[in-house]
Amino acid sequence: MAREITQAIIDGILLGGVYALMAVGLTLIFGVLDIINIAQGILVILGSYLAYSLFTKAGIDPFLALLITIPAMFILGVVVHWAFISRLRGGERTSMTLLVTYAVALIIEGILFKVYGADNVQISPSYVNSTVHIFNFYIGWIYIWGFILAVVLVVAIYALLYRTRYGRSVRAIMQDETAARLVGISVNRVAAITFGLGVAVTAVGGVVYGSTNAFNANAGYDLISRLLSIVILGGMGSVGGALGASVFMLTVESVVTIWQPTWAVAVYYAALVIVLLVRPQGLFGRKAVRAQ
Amino acid sequence: MNERNRTFAKGGGLVVLLVLAVLFPQVFTNPSVTSYGVLALIFATAAVAWHIFSGNSGYISLGQAVFYGSGAYTMGIAARDWNLQGTSVFELIPLCGAVGAAIAVPFGLIALRVRRHTFIVVTIAIFFIFQLMAFNLWFTGGSSGLASPFLTWAPVPFNQNFYYIALACAVGSIVVAWLIGRSRFGLQLRAIRDDEDRARGLGVKTMRVKLGAFAISGAITAIIGAIWFYFITQVQPQTGFNPLFDLTLVLMVFLGGFGSISGAVLGAVIIEPLTSWMSTVPALSGSVSTIIIGAILLLVVLFMPRGIIPTSSELITKLRMRGRPAVVPTTTIEPVSTGSDPSAPTTSIGSGGAR
Repeated sequence: MAREITQAIIDGILLGGVYALMAVGLTLIFGVLDIINIAQGILVILGSYLAYSLFTKAGIDPFLALLITIPAMFILGVVVHWAFISRLRGGERTSMTLLVTYAVALIIEGILFKVYGADNVQISPSYVNSTVHIFNFYIGWIYIWGFILAVVLVVAIYALLYRTRYGRSVRAIMQDETAARLVGISVNRVAAITFGLGVAVTAVGGVVYGSTNAFNANAGYDLISRLLSIVILGGMGSVGGALGASVFMLTVESVVTIWQPTWAVAVYYAALVIVLLVRPQGLFGRKAVRAQ
Repeated sequence: MNERNRTFAKGGGLVVLLVLAVLFPQVFTNPSVTSYGVLALIFATAAVAWHIFSGNSGYISLGQAVFYGSGAYTMGIAARDWNLQGTSVFELIPLCGAVGAAIAVPFGLIALRVRRHTFIVVTIAIFFIFQLMAFNLWFTGGSSGLASPFLTWAPVPFNQNFYYIALACAVGSIVVAWLIGRSRFGLQLRAIRDDEDRARGLGVKTMRVKLGAFAISGAITAIIGAIWFYFITQVQPQTGFNPLFDLTLVLMVFLGGFGSISGAVLGAVIIEPLTSWMSTVPALSGSVSTIIIGAILLLVVLFMPRGIIPTSSELITKLRMRGRPAVVPTTTIEPVSTGSDPSAPTTSIGSGGAR
């Protein structure tokens, strides 16, 4: 029993790293632009399909394909921001951006269904099922690679936020947008880059998700609700919070699955509700002052 | 006098609309046409219920499907376990409303502690818990769902009867929403939307008010969910607790005009028949209809961000004002003449300061 639990915890932590990467994109977009990107889930699936196509049609290794898909997703994010999100103004902006990103999600979902159909597919390079045997535990290589990649990228984002001029602008905007504007930060440009960055990381999440799950375009709904829960639990706008919350949530789900596979997802959402009852601002969030 | 005329015109317009709505199934008896009408009215009711809570309070709820599905399942389970048949099933409708309100209270007590984005996400989370319960609890019929008791109505009166039931629900919910909008309660809700902390400071019992509106909204949504279930004769967890249901409601309300009853109704009457019709056309069904709905949504948000009704009423006001002389303030400022040659150096302080 103890062995199964340990195995579940290891799985949860490894998978949590990958979810953290997708959630960091969401939380960055939230922190800088004060919007929820509903399309994040379907963008992960788009990343999965891109990697799938490159693998089956051109024979490019899914991890190698990231060199193509990450820039592609970054450009997509910048274009979406420029074309739709930056044009919204006024009091109902929050609800409006919710609708815009939902519309983008619907369009991408429709196109994916049109192009790939409704059948489940999986990215299956030769090593997808190979495992490594450490201390009596079997761990899939794909999870290890995904985890390492996720950790490297999260550290890179951290460095970007705390060691560069761009990162200083991002943090300034998070603290006070008006003041940031006054000291000469080009809020619109920083927002566009941030949106692109937040979307770009979904390419990585997409590869790992697509190689460990069979997916079709419907999987975006499941993903976005999980990612939103992680971001809320971690405290919106907090990168470290997203990291901690995703590892916590995925570990809880993975451990509960040992006894109750059917109710594991309910426990996942119930954990969110319970934490919010005690700490409405999330585990690592700052208390909102006059949040309306 | 003018004000009274406008009220009469408005009332007359509403009566005409109501008469048209009543006559619709008598003129178009084809069941495939009337079923558009039934679904449109069902969604109009649900959209007005959404408006009662979210439109007034500003809290965007994406958990209305919790009530919709619960209403449908309450009716299905009660009819199955108590062996109700035929029209006697309609006696369950008050029970469905009560269940909706009863669910709304603990739901609201949890979700209404947080605001804005967090509230939206919490409603989504609770929605998924309910969907999972519908899949997995022992009395819900699992993934195959429930079938409704059989109604021995022929297709034409079947649709006509349901049309009038749905119309009654829609009119009832509109009346409730209108009364709330006029009342002190509605005023308190809108105060919460504008500035919750200040409303509380002025003595509004914010939690009680929000919870009350949420329960009313939940009860109406549960009732219309039960009627929807009896109309389409079956419910599955993914159709009763459908994530798209919530997003569709939001789309309808924003298309029509956020914050007004007429906007909610108009959006539902446009969107629901459109999606139903697209699903019958092979070239437009499935993924293409998803793309079209997404594109409509984008266009609405970008070019009519306030919805059809506010934008068009603005347009009408502009057109009516066109012939009339503009109102000129009594103290007009004389334009400052800076000489005939613009390149000549001026001595005015304003331009001097700029140099």
